[in-house]
Amino acid sequence: METLLSQLFAGLSLGSVLLLAALGLALTFGQMGVINMAHGEFMMAGAYTAFVIQGLLGDPGASLLVSLPLGFLVGGALGLLLEATLIHRMYRRPLDTLLVTWGVALVLQQVARDVFGAPNVDVAAPGWLSGAVTVGGLALPKTRLFILALAVVCIVALALVLRATPLGRRIRAVVQHRDLAEASGISSRATDRLTFFIGSGLAGVAGVALTLLGSVGPTLGTSYIVDAFLVVVAGGIGQIKGTVIAATALGLLQSFFEFSTTASVAKVLVFVVIVAFLQVRPQGLVSVRTRSLA
Amino acid sequence: MTGRTSTLTARLAVLARPGRARALAGFGLAAVLLMAVAPVLLSPFRLGLLGKFLCLAMVAVGIGLAWGRGGLLTLGQGVYFGLGAYLMAMHLKLADAGPGGVPDFMLLYGTGEVPGWWEPLRSPVVALALVVLVPAALAAVLGWAVFTRRVRGAYFAILSQALAAAFAILLIGQQQTTGGTNGLNGFRSFFGYDLADPVNQRMLYLIAAGVLIVMVVVARQLMVSRFGEVLVAVRDQEDRVRFLGYDPAAVKTAVYVVAAVMAAVGGALFVPIVGIISPADVGVVPSIGFLVGVAIGGRATLLGPVLGSVAVSWAQTTMSEQFPSGWIYLQGALFILVVAFLPGGLASLRTTLRRRRRPAREEEPGAPAPVSSDGPPAADLLPEGSRA
Amino acid sequence: MRPRSSTGTTGTTRTATITRPVVASLAVLAVAVLTACGAKVDAAGGGASSSAAAGCVDTSGDAVKVGFLNSLSGTMAISEQTVHDSLQLAADEINADGGVLGKQLEIVSEDGQSEPTVFAEKASKLITSDCVAAVFGGWTSASRKAMLPVFEANDSLLFYPVQYEGLESSENIFYTGATTNQQIVPALDYLAEQGAKSLFLVGSDYVFPRTANKIINAYAAAHDIEIVGEEYAPLGHTDFSTIVNKVKAADADAVFNTLNGDSNVAFFKEYNNAGLSADDMPVVSVSIAEEEVGGIGVDNIEGQLTAWNYYQTVDSPENDAFVKAFKAEYGEDRPTSDPMEAAYTSLYLWRAMVEKAESFDVADVQEAADGVTFDAPEGTVVVDGDNHHVAKTALIGRIGDDGLIHTEWSSQEPIEPDPFLEGYDWAEDLS
Repeated sequence: METLLSQLFAGLSLGSVLLLAALGLALTFGQMGVINMAHGEFMMAGAYTAFVIQGLLGDPGASLLVSLPLGFLVGGALGLLLEATLIHRMYRRPLDTLLVTWGVALVLQQVARDVFGAPNVDVAAPGWLSGAVTVGGLALPKTRLFILALAVVCIVALALVLRATPLGRRIRAVVQHRDLAEASGISSRATDRLTFFIGSGLAGVAGVALTLLGSVGPTLGTSYIVDAFLVVVAGGIGQIKGTVIAATALGLLQSFFEFSTTASVAKVLVFVVIVAFLQVRPQGLVSVRTRSLA
Repeated sequence: MTGRTSTLTARLAVLARPGRARALAGFGLAAVLLMAVAPVLLSPFRLGLLGKFLCLAMVAVGIGLAWGRGGLLTLGQGVYFGLGAYLMAMHLKLADAGPGGVPDFMLLYGTGEVPGWWEPLRSPVVALALVVLVPAALAAVLGWAVFTRRVRGAYFAILSQALAAAFAILLIGQQQTTGGTNGLNGFRSFFGYDLADPVNQRMLYLIAAGVLIVMVVVARQLMVSRFGEVLVAVRDQEDRVRFLGYDPAAVKTAVYVVAAVMAAVGGALFVPIVGIISPADVGVVPSIGFLVGVAIGGRATLLGPVLGSVAVSWAQTTMSEQFPSGWIYLQGALFILVVAFLPGGLASLRTTLRRRRRPAREEEPGAPAPVSSDGPPAADLLPEGSRA
Repeated sequence: MRPRSSTGTTGTTRTATITRPVVASLAVLAVAVLTACGAKVDAAGGGASSSAAAGCVDTSGDAVKVGFLNSLSGTMAISEQTVHDSLQLAADEINADGGVLGKQLEIVSEDGQSEPTVFAEKASKLITSDCVAAVFGGWTSASRKAMLPVFEANDSLLFYPVQYEGLESSENIFYTGATTNQQIVPALDYLAEQGAKSLFLVGSDYVFPRTANKIINAYAAAHDIEIVGEEYAPLGHTDFSTIVNKVKAADADAVFNTLNGDSNVAFFKEYNNAGLSADDMPVVSVSIAEEEVGGIGVDNIEGQLTAWNYYQTVDSPENDAFVKAFKAEYGEDRPTSDPMEAAYTSLYLWRAMVEKAESFDVADVQEAADGVTFDAPEGTVVVDGDNHHVAKTALIGRIGDDGLIHTEWSSQEPIEPDPFLEGYDWAEDLS
């Protein structure tokens, strides 16, 4: 029973990590149909931001709190740059954006290698996040609770932005029908930029959070990108709800499969489940009704 | 959309324009260069390298068909390449096995017994057949399942990528039967021919060159056939093709299977030429790597994928010797620039420049300039956006 | 959509006529090729490695070429760059000292790109195109296994500087890192001595951990130690909550860790967060050296154990000189580690073999190898001419708060290499 509960927590925790990684992706993919393979590298940039800030400030606690918003800005700025230089030219070629951003990812990794060196670096976790909280005999690591909370904060914040602000209204309008939105006087160009900024910024936040779990290296992002994409695909595009459910479900599946088999087999099983699931719902869990024929 | 269709037919016309003599001369020249000149000029080591590049180019030919012509961005060709390679490698391992018929690595890391599913591969004939049939069957099943449910565009790309990831993990996890991260290597003979003999190495190279030329011929045949035209139509306007009574899923599955078989054959020849196959050659990164050459060379053209693939492999080998990190920047930059600004690849450079000088010759008036955000430059080369 | 145009149609018919002769000529060509080769077939399965490529090593001038083959790009660059640096250091020292048999070493450096296939290709290039006298490098088992047939087929020499899973002994490879009976078995002896009755095995999913764990299982069965769990994580795996949950639930006396690279960081962070520590469940690692400690974070791993044959803290004049020279060359903040030391040693051992043989010829060097010694930073090492391994002293170390590893236990004297564990009764069924 106790192991079951701790596995449940492990699954939720993994789900929250996946969610953080996939949230920004779902946003940009949902709105613009842009598949940003460099998303993982934006996470890496966020993680290195945390590393640099810790080097400057010293105190792990303060630097974590500073790094979170700063990671958002760094990721967002990179995203904005990418959008402005490359992606906006290719909105009608989503598959090509996938390839271009993969090239960007390759280059960014090498930049990280040349700037920070090939060896991984460590970001120390603040003292108040070390150890675990014990709830009814169940040890819940504080870092994981923190990430869980961070994921919740990000979702709530994003949901608020999407629902309650003029920007959110514009974003939703563009997602539902780009041409009609434009005809109604919404600048889809400006909306796209802001969406991309937010989406990439979320990657930066995810990167900062990941420093609590592992080390920081040039290939940090690549280990999450495939899983993050699977979350987006399984969740369906256009609504955060789908992404949240998919991330949680995949996290739970992965950790329960892993517990009963091995980590390798679990990964393969999760993939099989997703393919089977897409047979039932090719558009993912939740999809916005569009006038598309498919 | 008549503009798009007319450029399409114009492009087909361009393909067919070189007359019989020129086409024959082209193939003849390529055949002579590959089969007669290269073996004389190159050292055995360089020839072996070229042989390896040709195997990778076979994958590129398939990708050119599936992606360039059919719009299927497959990020998982490493799976089919790997299947072909591993099936061949398993046969070679069994053929090389000493007394008892157990491959050396199984004695070291496994149970010392050959698992049942390896047994059929003892027969050379069965092995050769499986090299083609297994990838074809997998591609057919997966393709059919995915395409009939109208999973397309980016969804398909991401699924194919996940497939590559899963395949590599699976191979690594089954060390007792697949060699794990070590992969399979240390082959001594190839259907009875000693692999250490330089003459046989040259023979292998010639086989690879011959197979590649045959594949290019097949690809050309497919491109200009009725199937090829429907394929391009599916890429550009899938729904209209459906309304016309064709089944796009069948067309897509067919081209996916063809690409898979080409990748598998490339993999099968890669094994005796290079002497090793490991999960590092089949996972996510090499699978995307296959696309680099195709994109740079020109995805929708006949020879672009082949030339691009060989050029990129060659550059990778030679340039990374001098400046490993510089090469990554160069490769990344070239890839980004070509995909973003020259989607037709280097093969389209001349056309693009010509079009720029004399705009709207073949297109409708007011056709967009080659680089523009709201209208793809070479519309005939590109898949339609997922936003229908 | 417009129906098929007339140009399209003519295109089709045209190619049909074009391709037929092409295919036919290709078929003829193919048949010609095959028959041409058929005449040259070697007797199938003619076992003995061919002496196809007679060495092209040029020793006539006042320099001799040697190859360094390390991954300078890709995931393994992190580790292999350090080996490359210390090889370079050894080469510089040897050249300053008059070279080998009076010839200066000319280094040909190649990048293995962290891919076994590339290692095989580059090894072949170094041997047949650059004509080097010997090659130094390789790290992963996969890279070594990939290179092995190349070195055997071309009858050339590889010096491999990393501890590995044993069960191998090639005429053409010298193994200057530890084999299992010089690292894993002593670590197990140490744990048994400390009274460990149960072990949990955690490893990355590749050859070294799987083979190591096979050996550990055999050892445990014979020494009344219970293996309470065995888990493998895919290479690069970063979520260890489930595995740590399993470790915690199993409550073993110690954890034997064969994880590789980045995974260690995630594992140890999770381990600490789950409330486990070196005091109640020590972790013995065999792939974490000084270089990795910084990346994992000293806080996360302080007090845990490692098993190697060399630490930067080894107290000897040779090591002082080595550490000082290395830091002078590459910076004060660079630590030295076991594989670096083994690589450094390997170049000196080759020099000693060549000078003993008074020849660069592969056969002469192989002949002369037995008993060659070098006063290495780790202590005096001796080459075993039969299995091409090196006698080494095993050291169990504890990671200190200074980020260095301090010797906790030593086998006192060099352990003779026994790659197939033939001298151990419990290991009978292993190979």
